[in-house]
Amino acid sequence: MSLDEIKIGGMGASRRRVEDNRFIRGRGNYVDDVVLPGMLHMEILRSPVAHARIRSIDVSKAWEIPGVRLVLTGDMMATRNLAWMPTLSYDTQAVLATDKVRFQGQEVAAVIADDPYIAKDACEAIVVDYETLPVIVNPDQAMASGATLIRDDKENQPDNKVFDWEVGDRPATDKAFEEADVVSEIELHYPRSHPSPLEPCGSIADFDRSTGKLTVYMTTQAPHIIRAAVALVAELPEHMIRIISPDLGGGFGNKVPVYPGYVISILASILTERPVKWIEDKTGNLISTGFGRDVYLKGQMAVRKDGKILGVRMHTISDHGAFFSDAQPSKFKIGLMHSAFACYDIPAAHLTAEGYYTNKAPGGVAYRCSFRVTEAMFFQERMIQAAADDLGMDQAEFRRINLVRDDDFPHRTPFGFLTDSGQYGKCLDVALEAIGYEQFLKDQEEARKNGRYLGIGISTMTEPLGAGNSREYDILGIKMFDSAELRVHMTGKAILRTGAKTQGQGHETTWAQIVAHELGIPADDVVVEEGDTDTAPFGMGTYASRSTPVAGAAVAMVARKIRAKSRKIAAHLLEVSEEDIEWELGRFYVRSSPDRGVTIQECAMAAYSNMPDGMEPGLENTAYYDPPNLTWPFAAYVATVEVDPETGVWDVLRMVAVDDCGVRINPMIVEGQIMGGLTEAYAMASMQFITFDAEGNCVGSNYMDYLLPTAWETPGFELHEVVTPCPHHPIGAKGIGECATVGGPAAFVNAVMNAVEHLGVRNIDMPLLPDRVHEAIATRSDISGAPPVRTDAP
Amino acid sequence: MYPSRFRYESPTSIEEAISLLEEGKGEAKVLAGGQSLVPMLKLRFASPELLVDINNIADLDYHRFDADGSLHIGALCRHEHLEKSADISARQPTIAAAAPLVADPIVRTRGTFVGSVCHADPQGDWASCMVALDGYIVAQGPNGRRNIPVRSFVSGPFQNVLAYNELAVEAVIPAPQGTALGGYMKLERRVGDFATAAVAVAVDMSGGKVTRAGIALTGVGGTTVDASDAAAALVGGSLDEASIAQAAELAASVAQPRSDHRGSASYKRHIISTFTARLLGSISESNERAA
Repeated sequence: MSLDEIKIGGMGASRRRVEDNRFIRGRGNYVDDVVLPGMLHMEILRSPVAHARIRSIDVSKAWEIPGVRLVLTGDMMATRNLAWMPTLSYDTQAVLATDKVRFQGQEVAAVIADDPYIAKDACEAIVVDYETLPVIVNPDQAMASGATLIRDDKENQPDNKVFDWEVGDRPATDKAFEEADVVSEIELHYPRSHPSPLEPCGSIADFDRSTGKLTVYMTTQAPHIIRAAVALVAELPEHMIRIISPDLGGGFGNKVPVYPGYVISILASILTERPVKWIEDKTGNLISTGFGRDVYLKGQMAVRKDGKILGVRMHTISDHGAFFSDAQPSKFKIGLMHSAFACYDIPAAHLTAEGYYTNKAPGGVAYRCSFRVTEAMFFQERMIQAAADDLGMDQAEFRRINLVRDDDFPHRTPFGFLTDSGQYGKCLDVALEAIGYEQFLKDQEEARKNGRYLGIGISTMTEPLGAGNSREYDILGIKMFDSAELRVHMTGKAILRTGAKTQGQGHETTWAQIVAHELGIPADDVVVEEGDTDTAPFGMGTYASRSTPVAGAAVAMVARKIRAKSRKIAAHLLEVSEEDIEWELGRFYVRSSPDRGVTIQECAMAAYSNMPDGMEPGLENTAYYDPPNLTWPFAAYVATVEVDPETGVWDVLRMVAVDDCGVRINPMIVEGQIMGGLTEAYAMASMQFITFDAEGNCVGSNYMDYLLPTAWETPGFELHEVVTPCPHHPIGAKGIGECATVGGPAAFVNAVMNAVEHLGVRNIDMPLLPDRVHEAIATRSDISGAPPVRTDAP
Repeated sequence: MYPSRFRYESPTSIEEAISLLEEGKGEAKVLAGGQSLVPMLKLRFASPELLVDINNIADLDYHRFDADGSLHIGALCRHEHLEKSADISARQPTIAAAAPLVADPIVRTRGTFVGSVCHADPQGDWASCMVALDGYIVAQGPNGRRNIPVRSFVSGPFQNVLAYNELAVEAVIPAPQGTALGGYMKLERRVGDFATAAVAVAVDMSGGKVTRAGIALTGVGGTTVDASDAAAALVGGSLDEASIAQAAELAASVAQPRSDHRGSASYKRHIISTFTARLLGSISESNERAA
């Protein structure tokens, strides 16, 4: 009899997260928990100003403090050719400043001392003489003629432009606009934000001169990419570098790039021949590491009277800070922005993009998103609402007319991606039914008569998750596949390692469930290990919702290799030919005599004790998986709000989320991911942003200024599911980790806009803080751009 | 957190604490809940030579109503104790309304009422309540105790009139003249954020007339703003639409908000007026219900 898959913790089981056993007991092992004998502590001195030439750095007072072992400056890094390092986007970034500082918080010097208190005291004793320069804090200033050149370190860099980029079909799009009955326009700003994982970045570099081996404990979502980068930057042989990414306290894209602190700690360990620990504080994390968003989005939509969308134009201007260190596939300069409108049947589209250097922190990471798809989908859904309003058409009906139909797959998106599956209309219907759409519209009308402002907002989208396929996706030339290695021990227990790196996603739980599903080995019998480059197979890491689509697929594929070998062993044990063997979960049996069978555990024992003649012993294998396509989950999010017209405060009444991420491995974890994502979506819409004053001072350098919603503000969420299996993924799964963050913000913003549209307000840029909403209501006008840092006198 | 080096002492009596403060010669800081001091130490905005931790002094963690109806809050009374107190909720509506709005639930388990008043942050919720309620601080020094009315206790942003060798041991709120009514409304972008603007209202009523009133504003000036004219206009009359509107206008007119990333000056002024009117409106309603 076949095993009960749910009982063994297989596919579809809401198995409790095994990693939580140690996390909730305080027994996690984070970088800061690692203590090595003789370890020194490093602190970084950061620039207080946003743009300045460094006249001099006097470190003599720092050296005088007892317990100081090393003081490093850019000039000393330069003697090792380490003052600059390459970024993940083919730019260079200063490790420690030599010539200029280019943003507030930039790394200027480092002190290595016996304890972190001494290191901090010594940093305060360093005297830096800055000659301040004009500061550029937005692309408008960066592109102005005569603007100060930020990157005067680079050759062939006459201005502050990082790139120009273009995709789509311009002539076809122009033609679509000529044929349009209505042309709708919208202009938005997606404010700068920061992923702000609970654990900041840090590393412990441990160079052993006797073996020549460098071991680095590091907060990284992509240990293998880091190993390659360290090999290239520090010019150390790759086999002598071991990167260990232990437990991570969240990443959200923030822990993909290579940071100066990592590089400095490595050189410090080489020079001192002692382990050197660097743990960034929260302010350091917020002001210097990879931010997200900061894009100005402008576009038009060509629409026919009957509601059919004919074409779309988009133009984006992105602010990359002082160094172009976006973490994204090499060939797409503004990430996957051109995944916009993928769920709609739109014949023509054209996108132009410009990027600029400014005196702000570098980064441009995919903050819980597959390379700028968050901005793309936000623009898409705000544009859709604007066009529906301009047409005078119901927002749900307008979407229904234009969503790709179930029988239209595979479907070529307006910018050339290929989507392969989905039930978009059904998801929307489930969401509208759940929220009670028709009734709400009636209630809204009634409430308006009494001066109450209710609003309903919809966001529907599909997004490309799971980079990549190796034809199109690479980082620094390394193709974006992933891997899994499975070793089944003789008692039928197993260890699984992958090239991904969990940081809260629950890989230790779900990967074991995939093995259970493929082999019938109970999930509790499979231990999962990731993050150590000496033991894990090569992989590109975890971000862009790629773990399940790529590494998860590799887990299924390696388990199938194990099953194939086990089948041969089973035939040997049952003394029949392989063709006469049938498989049911956890057991091979003889087709003609189902009672005669052997379990997978018996096969495992035989692999070490009774293998057929000529067969290699053991039961281990590795799979590298290069996905044929991205996966395309779909989501329909609907929010209802009430706006207080006197204060501008808005409350979420309900938030309904319908997600189709294909087959769900662990429904509980999927729901957790969606709720977390919706929380971040609410955060973006309502309060979470980083801005800068005219001098380039970061407003958002601590948690009093950088607002993350707490359980107190966060609304409740109602989740629903539709399942359309991914046609090319071995277990039919699609990415899900980021959908709600990506698609959620537009639902909240559309809802607030819907509540105030009768006043003639068409757009309020995020965050929708009460004062901005009130101003829009009071002045009956749009509110654009980042919230101002006002300094006028009382 | 890696603060600068400091000496730490943990006295077990008020007298011992005062002699340590004497020793500190103005370079000592008192640690009660640490709500504001600990972040300042972490950021090295404060680098005191000596930290006098009063948490081991017995009998400072209390709040009680005396027989005369006055409310006494000891130096170690945490916000949370006020928030969860049945006495407070039954008898002191302004404090009861403000308590759940102070900081966030975690901070409220540590932060203290008296510490918050001493910190003299213009964004402090308790200072506004104290002003609205005509409260005073009891300070003890080497020469004994003295009472300092809250209006003269705070001398500027983050400044109070305590001598370097004085410890604030208690806050007192005098007995109401009639039925104590009141409330506190705060606009904050998120739990734990500084107030964009907030209003404390305390109104004592007897026979349908206002016998005493206090209105104070949070976050709209260099110190807590005492909207005394707005309050005075209410005394002797009943709470009706006209008097409420007048008080709201007077309160907004004395606010001195600055434009910042929490909102423009005019928005904050508008919030003061809106909240004052809403608070007085609900006080009037509850008084009518009680009558």
